[in-house]
Amino acid sequence: MQDEPTPIELTKAVADFLRNDITPLISGHQAFKLRVAVNILDLVTRQLTREEGSDAKEVERLRALLGVEGSLTDLNRALAERIAKGNVDLATPGLAEHLWATTMDKLAVDQPNYVSYKRELERGG
Amino acid sequence: MIEAELSRSVQRWCPGATGVTGAAKLSGGASQETWRFDITHPDGPIGAILRRSPKGYGAAPTRAAGLAAEAQLMQLAYEAGVPSPRVMHVLTPDEDLGTGFIMQRVEGETIARKILRDDAFAVARPLLARQIGGVLAGLHRLPQDKLPELRSRNATQEISEFDRDYRSLNWPKPVFELALRWLRDNDPGPSAETTLVHGDFRNGNLIIGADGVRAVLDWELAHLGDPMEDLGWVCVNSWRFGEIDKPVGGFGSREELFAGYEAAGRRVDPARVKFWEVMGTLRWGIMCGGMMQRFREGPDHSMERAMIGRRASETEIDLLRLLAPRGG
Repeated sequence: MQDEPTPIELTKAVADFLRNDITPLISGHQAFKLRVAVNILDLVTRQLTREEGSDAKEVERLRALLGVEGSLTDLNRALAERIAKGNVDLATPGLAEHLWATTMDKLAVDQPNYVSYKRELERGG
Repeated sequence: MIEAELSRSVQRWCPGATGVTGAAKLSGGASQETWRFDITHPDGPIGAILRRSPKGYGAAPTRAAGLAAEAQLMQLAYEAGVPSPRVMHVLTPDEDLGTGFIMQRVEGETIARKILRDDAFAVARPLLARQIGGVLAGLHRLPQDKLPELRSRNATQEISEFDRDYRSLNWPKPVFELALRWLRDNDPGPSAETTLVHGDFRNGNLIIGADGVRAVLDWELAHLGDPMEDLGWVCVNSWRFGEIDKPVGGFGSREELFAGYEAAGRRVDPARVKFWEVMGTLRWGIMCGGMMQRFREGPDHSMERAMIGRRASETEIDLLRLLAPRGG
């Protein structure tokens, strides 16, 4: 087991330093790039915080939907293939719910301020 | 440095011009650059824009129409009264500026978020959706016998092209598969009429002033195809910049867009427009995947590119909202 502080705590500390201490010192194109860098660190922090839980639920749903075992990547590949072949579609029980849950979990990490996501959250997650 | 070549160039084709000042690069990929500069003239400075491929960058990517075609299209549009910059000069090889053209600078704003939020555009905003309908009608009516040579793409060809692009990313995405399936099942087939299609007509590629649309830019993806493609693309959620209840670029409704188009004497096929909106949403998602791939494989290992890769999920939620909307 690795020592502490955790990657989440470390990444957050770097992001806070760049945001609070460095941002006021930088201007122009470098300020834009700094903002992108801070956004990346924030995204990584969100992913480290949420990934384990959301991946576990995604695997569970995929196993139920497909009736096979496998890694998250394998299962996603299998689902993609079944949709491509027309073996699974929106009439398949559970597919729409699965895609919605998975996509909402992605947006929570990638772009929690995206308005489509916020609108769907208001609908109840 | 570019000012010396530009000065020599303008003195040859712009009567009275003595040189140029203030040349500044506005944007530049590896193969295409945009510069702004002012032509020094006894009647007062003339604002100008240079769009060029620098020397050594001859080959355009397969989907691009090429700068010569772009210049020709902008000039045709200008002559037909479609808001467009006036093309002043097409570069010749002996000018040492690469290939491209020089156009008159149109003042106004292109940054979508500013157009959607700043007070300066408050009066124009509610008029834009309808106005855009009229502009697209004019664009789709440009005389076909005067068009440069352009690639021709119908819906079926576009679906297989995007399918191939997506599969080449080796990036299994169940939502994209669902969208590809939907597109195949809802392929409207060849359109009754083939016209010029701008190909990238959206908020961000328009110069907007307090009075509305002043110019349509970036004709590099122009082709021949289904005119409804442009109406669908301008509605893709990615170009609403947060104003998601105003489908037309965050400005207004589809009904206003359609009314503007039909008032100019052209017919709308709403089912086809929806098809192209789904196609456009997937298209941007696959482009995000392309950014991720280029970030990984280089040479552009930039943070910006990496983060655009992470925006594919935005198109996934928008595709689900289009294809599998939840109740209420």
